[in-house]
Amino acid sequence: MENNSAAYWKATLGLLTKILIIWFLVSFGAGILFAPMLNSIHLGGYPLGFWFAQQGSIYVFVVLIFYYAKKMGELDERFDVHED
Amino acid sequence: MDLQTITYVVVGASFALYIGIAIWARAGSTSEFYVAGGGVHPIANGMATGADWMSAASFISMAGLISNMGYGGGLFLMGWTGGYVLLAMLLAPYLRKFGKFTVPQFIGDRFYSKSASTVAVICLLTASITYVIGQMTGVGVAFSRFLGVTNDTGIYIGMGIVFMYAVFGGMKGITYTQVAQYVVLILAYTVPALFISLQLTGHVLPQLGLGGTLVGTDVSLLTRLDQVVTDLGFGKYTTSVPGSTLNMFVYTVSLMIGTAGLPHVIVRFFTVPKVKDARSSAGWALVFIALLYTTAPGVAAMAKYNLISTVNSAVATDGDLYAADASLEADKRPAWMKRWEQTGLLKFEDKNGDGRIQYYNDKTTNAEAKAKAEAAGWKGNELTVNPDIIVLANPEIALLPNWVIALIAAGGLAAALSTAAGLLMAISSAVSHDLVKNVIAPDISDKNELLVGKVAMAFAIVLAGYLGLNPPGFAAGTVALAFGIAASSLFPAIMMGIFSKKMNKEGAIAGMLSGLFITLLYVFAHKGLFFIKGTEFTGLIGGPNSFFGITPEAFGAIGALVNFAVAFLVDKVTKEPPEHIQALVESVRIPRGSKAVDGAH
Repeated sequence: MENNSAAYWKATLGLLTKILIIWFLVSFGAGILFAPMLNSIHLGGYPLGFWFAQQGSIYVFVVLIFYYAKKMGELDERFDVHED
Repeated sequence: MDLQTITYVVVGASFALYIGIAIWARAGSTSEFYVAGGGVHPIANGMATGADWMSAASFISMAGLISNMGYGGGLFLMGWTGGYVLLAMLLAPYLRKFGKFTVPQFIGDRFYSKSASTVAVICLLTASITYVIGQMTGVGVAFSRFLGVTNDTGIYIGMGIVFMYAVFGGMKGITYTQVAQYVVLILAYTVPALFISLQLTGHVLPQLGLGGTLVGTDVSLLTRLDQVVTDLGFGKYTTSVPGSTLNMFVYTVSLMIGTAGLPHVIVRFFTVPKVKDARSSAGWALVFIALLYTTAPGVAAMAKYNLISTVNSAVATDGDLYAADASLEADKRPAWMKRWEQTGLLKFEDKNGDGRIQYYNDKTTNAEAKAKAEAAGWKGNELTVNPDIIVLANPEIALLPNWVIALIAAGGLAAALSTAAGLLMAISSAVSHDLVKNVIAPDISDKNELLVGKVAMAFAIVLAGYLGLNPPGFAAGTVALAFGIAASSLFPAIMMGIFSKKMNKEGAIAGMLSGLFITLLYVFAHKGLFFIKGTEFTGLIGGPNSFFGITPEAFGAIGALVNFAVAFLVDKVTKEPPEHIQALVESVRIPRGSKAVDGAH
């Protein structure tokens, strides 16, 4: 069991790292650091960097949380630590 | 019906609804009072969290700020939503598994120290009380503008309403009222925005309209807006940055971790039945918040366009903005301008005496705009607009029907009241559970603890009302302080409590205190000691924004870094936490074995 819970925690941290990288890339990356470069590309009437800062990153955040909830549910089952 | 009557009907109906819900959802036990009995559906909890989170500042002020700041306003949008990703993954499920009533209780148990929980209580009370002052002021503004009563009467009515459902209903009453308040506030925010987007761009959804083209032309809204504001000497709308890119970056980090660390938001996740629900509930909360937050940038840009084209007819025709007959004649200004002039939030002064309103940036560094204004005989900007007007007057600027204007009044009140109630709940549970039950009178019975909670809540309402009636000079600066405290003290302490098994009490306490200290030092240096005017000491820290040009509002992230660094250093030289605490951390990390939240020791 000890081994098992260590493996569960390692898998959890792996998932968190993956999600935080995307979280960082859309907001701080595309929305701030690379926004001036991305603004030369247009999405309809939106300059792309501006879109990420005021629209896009929010949509991605929502998807990330639901993806996290789903994947964690799977991890819980796989390592047999789920509720009930 | 005239506007005043419709407003009374709409606001009155919404209040009747809140009180009806409060009577239906009275709290009978401490568990219902603190965490709504722990049986709230994750979607309902998400909606309540949305209403709890979206305050008078989000509803009334945010779009106005974005309207002024342009692209840089994105830091509020990303900061206040990105924090939910951190909350969902790093804090909420683990705190739910821990299964107690309050945030200081977690910190006290995990760091096996009453001092640690007392430090957390102090941080929590400071953050929540400063935050609630702003809500009460917002209630006063909304009442006085829309219901024709004085500011003071407005605050008294607001106190009465909150008293009824918060004191009797506790977390249960608050949660179900917030669900109703969310529906009212989101309708109030989006309905006018849909109309305006349709009028201006032909798209119903403002999320698409902001990227659309202006009706009857093939020029995109943002391109045209960029041209107009640049020509009038303002910064380019789609690229202007507040301060520097580094400052925007750090400011966004501060808002994100501040959001995740605000106690009145964290406790929301103690009300759901399971750990699994805490994860998805954060997602639902963000869905409901995103509805407003993705609409806001559309509202901001469209209101700016509408405002400028109202005072300058050349905006719509793509003509010369500096032509003599382009500016609006003062006698012909629309009725809404005169109405808002009475509130003092909009001011017009005919500086060059030509009987027309010139609106431009007279402090511009753009030589071309400066030369054009001088050639046209403009003697300074003649129209000042308080950013709060952008949302409140938006339906009037776009000439929408009266019931839409009445809806805005109900929405603004719902936003302010729901946040105030959530904050009062956090304050009352910190006093009754973390101070009285935990420190002063551990033997107190369940029934008496409930009574203490209700009395503490009543006191908190009176205090908040008093501060709203006599706003201290620092009201505006305090929201930054609330985020700074949450970011620099609470967030790192909770996170280390979960993710570091070996973090001990010495490290955690030293970390919280030093993060708090450095943040307060930087904020007070700019805004005065305890916000008292004349006690600023920027000289001592090397001038304003001396730390790499970072503004005091953005400093919470730096405080958090200091917190982490100090905590790990102190932890290295002091002894490990006891065995049973390490076992506690192990068990918090795993969903199995979660039980209903009961607060027992």
